[in-house]
Amino acid sequence: MTTQETAKPAPPAIEKIKVKVDGREIEVPKLSPDYTGKLVPTTMLQACDAAKTDVPHYCYHPKLPIAGNCRMCLVEFGTPALGPDRKPVMNPDGTPKIAKSPRPAIACATPISPGMEIYTKTPTVKQMREGVLESLLINHPLDCPICDQAGECKLQEYSVDYGQSASRFVEPKVHKPKAVDLGPRIMLDAERCILCTRCIRFTRDVAGDDALGIINRGSYNTISTYPGMPFDNNYTLNTVDICPVGALTSKDFRFQMRVWFLKETKSVCTSCATGCNIVISSREEKIYRYTPRENDAVNSTWMCDYGRLNYKWIQREDRLKDVLVRGQKSSWTAALSEIAEKLKQAPTGSVAIVASARQTNEELWLLSKLKAKLGGISDSIERTGDADKLLLVADRNPNTNGARLTGICFTEMGINLPKIADGIASGKIKTLIVFGEDVTKHGISAELLGKLETLIVSDILPNATTAAAHYLLPGCAHAEKRGTFTNTKGRVQKFMQAVQPKGDARPEWDFLHDLVYNVTGKNGFLTIEGLFNEMAKDVPAFNGLTWAALGNTGVTVTI
Amino acid sequence: MIVKRKPLNLAERLYLPAIIGGFKVTLRHLFKKKVTMQYPEEKWVVPPGYRGAPYLVKDQEGNTKCVSCQLCEFVCPPKAIKITPPGPVVSNADRPNAEKMPKEFEINMLRCIFCGFCQEVCPEEAIFLQQDYSLTGSSRKEMIYNKEKLLALGGTHAGIQKWKHKLEEAKAQENFPVKV
Repeated sequence: MTTQETAKPAPPAIEKIKVKVDGREIEVPKLSPDYTGKLVPTTMLQACDAAKTDVPHYCYHPKLPIAGNCRMCLVEFGTPALGPDRKPVMNPDGTPKIAKSPRPAIACATPISPGMEIYTKTPTVKQMREGVLESLLINHPLDCPICDQAGECKLQEYSVDYGQSASRFVEPKVHKPKAVDLGPRIMLDAERCILCTRCIRFTRDVAGDDALGIINRGSYNTISTYPGMPFDNNYTLNTVDICPVGALTSKDFRFQMRVWFLKETKSVCTSCATGCNIVISSREEKIYRYTPRENDAVNSTWMCDYGRLNYKWIQREDRLKDVLVRGQKSSWTAALSEIAEKLKQAPTGSVAIVASARQTNEELWLLSKLKAKLGGISDSIERTGDADKLLLVADRNPNTNGARLTGICFTEMGINLPKIADGIASGKIKTLIVFGEDVTKHGISAELLGKLETLIVSDILPNATTAAAHYLLPGCAHAEKRGTFTNTKGRVQKFMQAVQPKGDARPEWDFLHDLVYNVTGKNGFLTIEGLFNEMAKDVPAFNGLTWAALGNTGVTVTI
Repeated sequence: MIVKRKPLNLAERLYLPAIIGGFKVTLRHLFKKKVTMQYPEEKWVVPPGYRGAPYLVKDQEGNTKCVSCQLCEFVCPPKAIKITPPGPVVSNADRPNAEKMPKEFEINMLRCIFCGFCQEVCPEEAIFLQQDYSLTGSSRKEMIYNKEKLLALGGTHAGIQKWKHKLEEAKAQENFPVKV
């Protein structure tokens, strides 16, 4: 959660009240935002959270409506005692006398009141937690060795932290359907379900598709879709993330890798301009899954299935791995110095650049420096799709605003492309630099490319443009390099490197730096941090930003 | 510090008593029971509990027990074990009620240190350190044992067959509650 964002609803000032958690007094706001952002009374669980006291819970999720059905967060509490005169009763030492509630309460749904005392470590609370866990484990199968959730399972964690060491249950467990096909991307194991209803609430109240419900009675309670209606919206895989047990699992990730082997890298989704914050899970240079990372300014804790499953191209076998000079394998040093020589000799106005809005801010900025030096013309290519009402936007380029702010293209993207095509046809443009786009699909045909004296192409996957390239420079996917994107709302967000580049491929910013240095003769920073800071000084919109100040969740700039 | 050495006496200077003493020891061992054996023609009897090479075992019905939980791979100190999980489609299951089976299971016997952690951690009793202590091969590749080889060498180990038991239990409940 970003600190800037939680502190945002300042006016009107929210009254603060004092409560005690396990004897420690803290001050918490009387009202807190609920999952829709509406201010509602702060609950005991939020107060415990503020006091850094862990209260175990299954059904409670900060971004979902409160259900209060798992009973795991039961705590004891007391409120200041009132005398017959409705005045607080005082202890002999002058402190208010606390009337302890005879019954426990669920922390997730009970509002706090001034002077309240919450007890989370009493023997009663311990016993209640043991009891709830015992009840949940009665029919829970011992599937951990074959369960994909093992390792990130709340039932496993709480059983270790708060459960009993041995089971007293000797009767046969109730068996429910296993490996139920709930939808195209979701597999349900009904036995493992603890009926917390997080998935139901998410898909009904957040995704807006009331697709799931509970059927049958008692021990036979089962999550189900309406008969014949598959669970298929663009946000189904979020239910896998919020499922505290292994009941809902992703078909894509099913039996691929145990989660404890996965290295987690903070990154940003590149499938549309929203720029959802993600965690890339990889092991031994192979990417296994994307999961959303909390950022209240962008994606809350969700991401769409479309973006989540769009990672397999990074591992494609036909990735470009070699530096090719006119079809012959070459080295970076040789190719870059040759290109620099050609560019230095190019007359002003004879060079055009087609960059991609899938490149990072730094790379686009370096290209714009090259463009300024060569007096060339540049543009980028628009990529659109259908938007939905939650996260996915129509603009499918992750860095459209970056391309605009660095001066690679204008507000309307692609208006220079016909000019470039005409320039090549008339012989005015002799050198074309293409980054990450297949220009043959956007008005610059293969015949036109054949007219060029020099065609410099950098890409990740082969296409018709890379086939025609005189100089082919293999680039990196976002998971293989560091950099920043500017999302549709102008939030500059950085992403980290998860895996190594394939073959000879190098991050574009890395070799572009060398190229810009060779052409302009001016040295710059060799690290992404230095490069970003240098760019922030040069590009007006990014003024004042530093790589370090971006943090994990980014900073919004004016666009 | 200078150590003062005692001058040798006559017997010591003669040298013979020491020689005779040495021969006495040799003679004594010559007539004793032999402790060496004619390895490799003659083989050592492996004591029970010996930690030899880890192999995969099958249950009493000849089915693979391993469910590819990868705990042995995780716990293995020299990282000798490499398991390939089956992925979404489990096509190679040889056991009823097998939701998950390893696609490939490799142990690099050159890396293995015979610590027995894999056997200790296995929740399925599917891997055991057995009696083989002399593992040889003519290449490094040959010393990486794959699933077939490990299963063939491992033999069987009778157990409770929990997945079969679970299937039977579920089948017994199939008609209850009454299906609508």
